[in-house]
Parts: sequence; C-alpha cells; structure tokens
Amino acid sequence: MIHGLILKTFQVFVEDTYGTTTWDEIAAEAGLDPPNFEAMLTYEKTMLRTLISSAETVLDKPSTQFIEDIGTYLVSHPNREGLRRLLRFGGVDFIEFLHSLDDLPGRARLAVPNLDLPEIELIDEDPAHFVLNITGDMRSFSHVLVGVMRAMADDYGALVLLDHKGGTSRVQQIEITLVETAFAEGREFELSQPGEQAGEGV
Amino acid sequence: MKSTAQILRGLCPMHVLIDEEGIIHSVGPTLHKLQTPKLIGANFLEAFDLYRPRGVTNMAQLLANEGRTLYVRLRNPKRTQLKGVLVSDGAGRVVINLSFGISVIDAVRDYALTSRDFAATDLAVEMLYLVEAKSAVLNSSLHLNTRLQGAKTEAERRAATDGLTGLVNRSALDQVLDRLCRSGQSFAVMHMDLDFFKQVNDTYGHAAGDRVLRRVAQVMLEVTRTDDTAARVGGDEFVLIFNGLVNEVRLGAISERLIGRIEQPIMHEGQACHVSASIGICINAEEGADPDVLLERADQALYASKRAGRAQYTFYDPGQEDGNSGEGKALAGE
Repeated sequence: MIHGLILKTFQVFVEDTYGTTTWDEIAAEAGLDPPNFEAMLTYEKTMLRTLISSAETVLDKPSTQFIEDIGTYLVSHPNREGLRRLLRFGGVDFIEFLHSLDDLPGRARLAVPNLDLPEIELIDEDPAHFVLNITGDMRSFSHVLVGVMRAMADDYGALVLLDHKGGTSRVQQIEITLVETAFAEGREFELSQPGEQAGEGV
Repeated sequence: MKSTAQILRGLCPMHVLIDEEGIIHSVGPTLHKLQTPKLIGANFLEAFDLYRPRGVTNMAQLLANEGRTLYVRLRNPKRTQLKGVLVSDGAGRVVINLSFGISVIDAVRDYALTSRDFAATDLAVEMLYLVEAKSAVLNSSLHLNTRLQGAKTEAERRAATDGLTGLVNRSALDQVLDRLCRSGQSFAVMHMDLDFFKQVNDTYGHAAGDRVLRRVAQVMLEVTRTDDTAARVGGDEFVLIFNGLVNEVRLGAISERLIGRIEQPIMHEGQACHVSASIGICINAEEGADPDVLLERADQALYASKRAGRAQYTFYDPGQEDGNSGEGKALAGE
C-alpha cells in the first residue's frame, strides 16, 4: 500500500501549479473516481505509477521534469509552509540540513507511523562534495529530493550544484557540490510556529 | 586550559554556578537570555522561586536535595517553569543545571529561542519538531473525520429516505415501529393505498404518477405532526405512524382530511389528475406488540376499506382476526 499523503501531495502540487482542470484531466486519465485522494488513507501501490504516467500524458513532458518541481513546490510554495519548517528543524545551516537527511525517513515515521520513505545516506567526500544514496522502490522520490534540496539551499541562502546521477532501480544517487554556504541571505526561521501569539513583557 | 565555567557554558546553556553561600557566579547563555534582572552576584534562592520540594529557604536545605529534581520559576512576568538538578563538588561549588521540561513550547515562543539556544544533545528541537508534525497530521485527520462524518450522515439520511417523495422508506419505518413496540408507548398505524393511481399512470404517464406521489407525500406531511412518521412503503402505498395518538375520533378526522386533500385535482402539465385514498388503521395500546402483526392488521383494515368501495377509512376490528372480513363488520367511516 502507498500512503495517501504521497498521492495527495501529488494532487495539490498539480492543482496549485497547473490548475484544477489539469488535475481533473490527469485523474480521469488515471481512472481515479472521485478525483481526490485522502491524505490520511492508504491506496494501492500501483496508483503512484499510474498517476505519474497519466501526468506525463496530460502535461506532455517527461516525469523527471515535473517530479523535481514537486520537491521545490513542497518547500517553497506559500500553501506548504509546514514542511519547510519541519525540514528547517533539521539543522541551523545547509550542511547540518544535509546531514539531517539521513534521519528524514525516521522523522517522517515519527510523525506518520505508516509513511514509508526510501532510506537516505549522505556520504561526505570532502567539505564541499557530498553524495546522497537513496535506497528503496520509489524511484521518483530521489527526484523529489533534488527539488527539496534546491529549495532548501535557497532557504538557507546557500549556493549548491545538484546532479541526479541516476542509478539502479533500487539505488539512486545525487551529487551535491556546495559552492558557498552563505551565498545569499536565507529566509528567517523561528522555532516557534508563526501565528502563535507572542506573550507580553520580556 | 578551559575553566569549569567555560566548560559549563559550552555544555549546559542553562546552568547556574553558585558558591556555598548561594551566590551566583556564572550562568549559561540561554538562561542569561531569559532572566532580565541581573543574576550574577544574586542569591540563587532569591533570584529563582524554588517551589518544589517545598520549604527550602536556605542553602543547607537546598544542598540536602542534591540529585533530586528541583522545580523553579523565573521571577519575571512570564513565571516560566524550569526543572533542574543540583550537584555539589563538595568543595564549595554547586552547579544547578536547568531545562524547560514541558514548558519548552511556550518558552520558545515567549523568548524567541533558536536552535543555538539549546545544547546539541538537548531533545528540545526534536520535541518541537514532533509537536509541529503531529499537530499537522492530527489536523489532517480531523479534517478527514469531519468529511467522513458528513458523508456518513448523508448516506444514512439517503438510506432512510424514499428518493422520490422524501418520506422515510420501509427500512426506516421498521426501525421506528420496532422502537415504539419495545417502548410500550401507545400509537396508531395507518396504512394508506391510493385509489385510481394506476389510471393516472396509464393515462398521463409516469411523470404524472410521480407528480401525484410527491403531492400525496406533501399532504401527508402537512396533515401529520413532526414526531409522527410518514413512510412510502410501496409504489402507491404509504404508512403513517401517530405517536401517542389512539383516539379514534381524532384519527378518523385526520383520515378524512387526508382523503379530502388527496382528492383535490393534482395538476400535471395542464392535466388534472384525480386520485383518492383508502385507509386502514390499527391502534396499539399494548406493550411488546409485534410490528409485523400491527402492519398486517392495518393492512386488513385497508382491504376492508377497499372492498367497501374505496375512498374511506376503516379501523381494524379484532372480531375479524382470522376470517374473510365481511364488508359490514369492519368499522367503516366515510
């Protein structure tokens, strides 16, 4: 089974990026009726593959292009502030964030016990070069991760080069070259959730 | 070489280092950020409100609690609660290491703390992460539950409703009857069958028939009270249940009103459709009655009305329980 959170993410990404009409077309192409996923339910494992190939047909582009956009969308779209915050808990700078990626599947499971993500292993070759090994049977996840890292680098104000090296069906590799950690002013991150009333005094 | 105070500052951002008099010599950087009045040089027991264990007013009492969990409040408007533990080096220096405990979520907000305000080994940031992730997930679940609840209510309503007329259907009627029979309440069951409905259907078509059924349903709802039950149980068959109403005169009057209003011409696409209704009534005043028996009795009375020439009502007469009820015997009203 595949967690509805993954499929729902795909759905809201399409809706927010290409519009609800496009989503309805993709859902129809995938034979999804009603054209809606529930984030807290689980679905047949084949659904993700069906969805991706339907999106390729409707959007008329290879999946790698829009799947990477999902990662960027997840972190940087105004509707999705939650995940950016959760990822920023991983570290105070981009390098710490990279190291926290090893824990990502574990952290995800802490929040959603039945959410299975591929295993991630960061290898630091030298202070500016990293390789990320992603092991699991959800190949598209590595492309999402490229988008996530790209957006998080922006968020931290770091300048990085990301290169998806492909790999086998089980293990995918991403090369990360850190050009500059403090390239630009990153976005603010407060531990406390925005919208919570700050108390008086102090 | 680093001093003890330097090491403590590096490892324990919320420690307090005091001497045997209780005078504060150094504090960790995060604690320094929280407490606006000057801490260095102040007396620990005056600078902090130690509220558990109770009754600790001097250094000797404080030192007696070495190794136990201490609960203190900051003496500032936030009154932030901290927990801590005290260790004495036995040579006049005492370290009290503090942490936020469960108040960490408020503290992070109140003092705009960042990851760097916590020791790398402190699980505070992980806890904040979990709280935020869990509330997002919980929210998602709550939304789903609300949607499912709405869908469930709607499905139940639809399962209990006759789609054409909006009256309750047979299975919902059975539930109402079961409940009433078990409760031992008195009530009346009225079985109503339309007269000449087939002619309307045959002459003007099904759309006209549907129009008639909807109109009849409307009349039934207008003539009954809100806690009565009006059900459509077959093509042109209806059952009414009158909760607590067993008075034959009143039931007779209601039947007459029903028949009279149903006999008003019902317009469909310029055509006047004429139908009437035959009614059989069974009164139940005994406890533990069998719903099927009651329906069967109302049905017998209905057929008495039909045989007596339609467009009338009849009360069930126990005297004809197992007979071919003769027309004269049923109490026919018109």
